[in-house]
Amino acid sequence: MSALTTAPRKANRKARKTKELGAVVPMTTFMWLLAALYAFPLVWFLLSAFKPGSELFQYPLTILPENPTVAGFEKAWDRFDFMLYFSNTLAVALTTTVLTVIASAMCGYALAKYQDKLWVRIFFICLLATTMLPTEVILSPTFLVIRDLGMYDTMAGLVVPSILTVTGVFMFRQFFVSIPDDIIEAARIDGARETGIFFRIMLPMSRPIIMTLAIFSFQWRWNDYIWPLIVVGDERKFTLQIALRSIVGAENIDWPLLLAASVMSILPLVLIFIVFQKYVMNEDINAGLKD
Amino acid sequence: MTATAIRTRTPAGPRKRPGRGRRAQYRLAPLVLSGLSIVLFLVFFVWPGSLGLIYSFTDYTGLGTPEFIGLDNYEKLFADPTFYQSLTRTLLFAVMSVPLMYVMSLSIAALLVSNHTKGKSFAKVVFFFPWLISPIVAGVVWRWMFGESFGFVNYLITRLGADPLAWQTDPDLALMVVVIAATWGGTAFNMLIFIAALKNVPRAYYEAAEIDGANAWQRFRHITLPSIAPTSFLVILLSSLGAMKEFAMVQALNGGGPGTSNVMLIQYIYETGFKRADIGYASAVSMILLLILLTIALVQMAVNRRQSA
Repeated sequence: MSALTTAPRKANRKARKTKELGAVVPMTTFMWLLAALYAFPLVWFLLSAFKPGSELFQYPLTILPENPTVAGFEKAWDRFDFMLYFSNTLAVALTTTVLTVIASAMCGYALAKYQDKLWVRIFFICLLATTMLPTEVILSPTFLVIRDLGMYDTMAGLVVPSILTVTGVFMFRQFFVSIPDDIIEAARIDGARETGIFFRIMLPMSRPIIMTLAIFSFQWRWNDYIWPLIVVGDERKFTLQIALRSIVGAENIDWPLLLAASVMSILPLVLIFIVFQKYVMNEDINAGLKD
Repeated sequence: MTATAIRTRTPAGPRKRPGRGRRAQYRLAPLVLSGLSIVLFLVFFVWPGSLGLIYSFTDYTGLGTPEFIGLDNYEKLFADPTFYQSLTRTLLFAVMSVPLMYVMSLSIAALLVSNHTKGKSFAKVVFFFPWLISPIVAGVVWRWMFGESFGFVNYLITRLGADPLAWQTDPDLALMVVVIAATWGGTAFNMLIFIAALKNVPRAYYEAAEIDGANAWQRFRHITLPSIAPTSFLVILLSSLGAMKEFAMVQALNGGGPGTSNVMLIQYIYETGFKRADIGYASAVSMILLLILLTIALVQMAVNRRQSA
């Protein structure tokens, strides 16, 4: 019986193997074609930033710059006050990120481990509702609130309203829900204070979440446009995104400057991405979050 | 490490803290921990939200005392052709970009978990890279690609012998560019969510289907799609909400142009609220947008529930 079936099975396996190999080539080609399609706009943009102004609009277009130059970057550095906008953005992004991580961790822990309280569950539902009803929508009233709090045109106005993110709270909540309660019970029996349990035991355990949220939050704040737009009026307090928008919004766009400044504005995030890649592209943590 | 530190400080034995203190602590701890978030939630969500609702019934301009004018703003709104234009433009954008985003991110995710593709880890980085790019810079990148007289796309089209297309001055083509740019920028994240979901589909299902002679498409259609249905729901919901809120990228790409033909709802709210200082009217638009978002969410939830039932 078995002798009869082994021969066709072997042939079958061999056929399957060649069939699989037949699938590898077209699928790999297709994937890399798509990848090229996704990468091309950025590559083209990056290469264009190294072209001198005269070459940018000169037909026929060439992929590689004929006379590579960094003149655009020098111009962005000198004339565009790049350093000022850069440090403004960095200060806002770093401060907000630290506060976001702390607030989200504390709140997420409370939502995960004190669920027997009714108000905790209600607050969690309220927070989830804000993903449906985002603040972008209520722009003008939010502006009035910021103005009435005296936060208009201040760093506080840029930082404080963006501290609370549902995504961050949700990430920590999901993590702490997965931590068994026994650990807390044991610490309680040993006489640890409730807040002590959080700061000394739970917070150190959540290090991967802290890292991921920190990177996400930094990216959100670095790339944020709408908050700085409504909070900041003084040009000296502009963040990079607002400053870039002011070049694009001009009657005649200074393309060499715009290309160079845009490329430079991306660099910090690229650096962070390269260093912390495993925290950013960790699908298990990322599932179900987006901002 | 920290746990042992605590343990040495309070030696084993009878608890030092009396039961009542423990209970009070247990009551207070969640309040202390989430206090900051609650305050921020009240100040930056509930407060402006209620203000918006109240102001939508007034003629407030940011200064002076708001005067109650009943439903005037809403009546004006429903008779305003620019509002309808921006509403239909936003909906059209959502209807085009959400399916495209869904198909692209799911296909790419499927390719990235497939056994038949090579160089997956590097390709994943390439696909993920647009996530780093801010909406403003993404808008600039695509504006540069689709420039009418200098863009690469039109250069390619002329090289192929056709006439260059009016990507900036034709309203519909301009919207197409917005759709492409939005899909490009939004794929990365949805792709990650899908990869996680695809990896969770049990291998055995595919093996069983293969033995039964199901081809690749049948396997995808009858195993993969049903298995990742909850994720699909999440991605579609979040993308539709995101599409309705599109603002920054369009600002850099064409500023809602040509003219005002592609002004989306958030930009409309921003311009009436800030440039015209007509806060009452802008708040009324906000309330309508909130209703739309809520409807989208509820409809999709209902559809999702019916499918899974």
